[in-house]
Amino acid sequence: MVKSVLKKIYTYFIFLFLYAPIIVLIVFSFNDSKSRAHWTGFTFKWYLEMFKDRQIMTSLYYTIGIALASSFIATIIGTVAAVGIVYLKKSLRSVLMDLTYLPVLNPDIVTGISLMLLFILLRFPRGFFTMLLAHITFNLPYVILSVLPKLKQLDNQIYDAALDLGATPSYAFTKVVLPQIAPGIFTGFLLAMTMSIDDFVISFFTTGPGVSNLAITIYSMARKGVSPKINATLSLLFASVVLLLLIVNNRMTGDNNRKERMV
Amino acid sequence: MKRSWLSFPYLIWMIIFTVIPLGLILFYSIVRIEDGGMILTMGNFKRVLEPIYLAVFLRSIKIAIISTVICLLLGYPMAMILASKEMSNKSILIVLFVIPMWMNFLARTYAWMTLLEKNGLITTFFNLLGIELPMLLYTESTVILGMVYNFLPFMVLPIYSVLVKIDKAVLEAAEDLGAPPPIVFSRVIFPLSLPGVTSGIIMVFMPALTTFVISRLLGGAHFTLIGNLIEQQFLITRDWGFGSALSVVLMLMIVLTMGFALRYEKENEGGGLW
Repeated sequence: MVKSVLKKIYTYFIFLFLYAPIIVLIVFSFNDSKSRAHWTGFTFKWYLEMFKDRQIMTSLYYTIGIALASSFIATIIGTVAAVGIVYLKKSLRSVLMDLTYLPVLNPDIVTGISLMLLFILLRFPRGFFTMLLAHITFNLPYVILSVLPKLKQLDNQIYDAALDLGATPSYAFTKVVLPQIAPGIFTGFLLAMTMSIDDFVISFFTTGPGVSNLAITIYSMARKGVSPKINATLSLLFASVVLLLLIVNNRMTGDNNRKERMV
Repeated sequence: MKRSWLSFPYLIWMIIFTVIPLGLILFYSIVRIEDGGMILTMGNFKRVLEPIYLAVFLRSIKIAIISTVICLLLGYPMAMILASKEMSNKSILIVLFVIPMWMNFLARTYAWMTLLEKNGLITTFFNLLGIELPMLLYTESTVILGMVYNFLPFMVLPIYSVLVKIDKAVLEAAEDLGAPPPIVFSRVIFPLSLPGVTSGIIMVFMPALTTFVISRLLGGAHFTLIGNLIEQQFLITRDWGFGSALSVVLMLMIVLTMGFALRYEKENEGGGLW
């Protein structure tokens, strides 16, 4: 009895620790004055100011643009590569898998700096394009690591059966293989999107003047001190990520229920 | 069935954007370019050993170890509670535990900045009670707090995922054979959970060692960890050679930690979180 009460208290304590800062952040985004300690009344004005802030809005567009483009390109290259990796000779395959784990394990700051050196030496002007290349690079492993397990579960005989029944290889691939690995591709795409939206360190080193994503903008604003406008931006970003992931989650459990009903 | 060529674009991509850049860091760490000529040098690595820089390394390691230990002490009981089956609304609890991770880590760090600053909620609250608090922001403890807050889920989730997989029959067997609860824990539960503990330690220690953002925002402009030192070399002093040497040492430290930790994890397939 005492034990279960202790467990409850401990759980509440940890959750308070995890949530208190976030809740305070969101609550004070609605505070009328600039104070972070005194509640002076409810307002939406910081949200309106956020939408009027050119710097925040441009970095929002860059964040979304880079996230969509980089995860789309990484998903295509990664899925194609995963199909190829399955057919590679064992020695080459293990080399490629080591290469895949390298950026995942490498500290972000080293990845960011090494790419920065490359772009400087290649005389690529740093900006949107270099940041996009960097994001594709760190997204690729996540796509491959999501798609590969699905490919390994695949029963090769079904593909062979399709060929025996007269399907061309490409037809068999799009009609037989692709639908079966689609969940892995989708997971990889979402994972890539999340990593891209969340990234600060690598973007920080690979971007140039004038081009920054939300994380970089918040970092430079936060260094100058706190502003309720940042609270508003972060609250909105947090709310949309939670909403997005809840929709995805709902969709996936919905799919499972449908499958169960069919069985 | 020759479809292996499909992986070649990826291979080329990774060579250009991962292998060559890391090669560049290695190159700059041991080569000095002077008047068009190149000289092989160990000078950059010798500088790493200078007392000021060695102090930065030791401080980073110390803070990373303290943060990891606190995460383990706070996180292990939490993982056990999440894994225990008496909890009726377990799946909701786990979702609730993961949600804060969906917030950008910069946002989470910023949230602490607003709480701890001079006119922040915590200081104001204590002032109302008549207690004068010292400056909360920009100390070593604040940086550790920020790390624990940001990385705690990385410790809890791998341990949790190992704990839920432990066969309850094994625990019952230990109890039937007369082991009191502390012994069941120390001789059965804890050894079985070691793979999770190992991945938890890696997943907290590595970002804690390499971060430069948490130390910059919560530790202030003069609080220097390895990450800040590397950032300065590339963005402020533009000493690529020294910055590269620091990066190489950092990578070596990561490789050593991984190798050390993974020795304990041979039978586990790894990748506890994914």
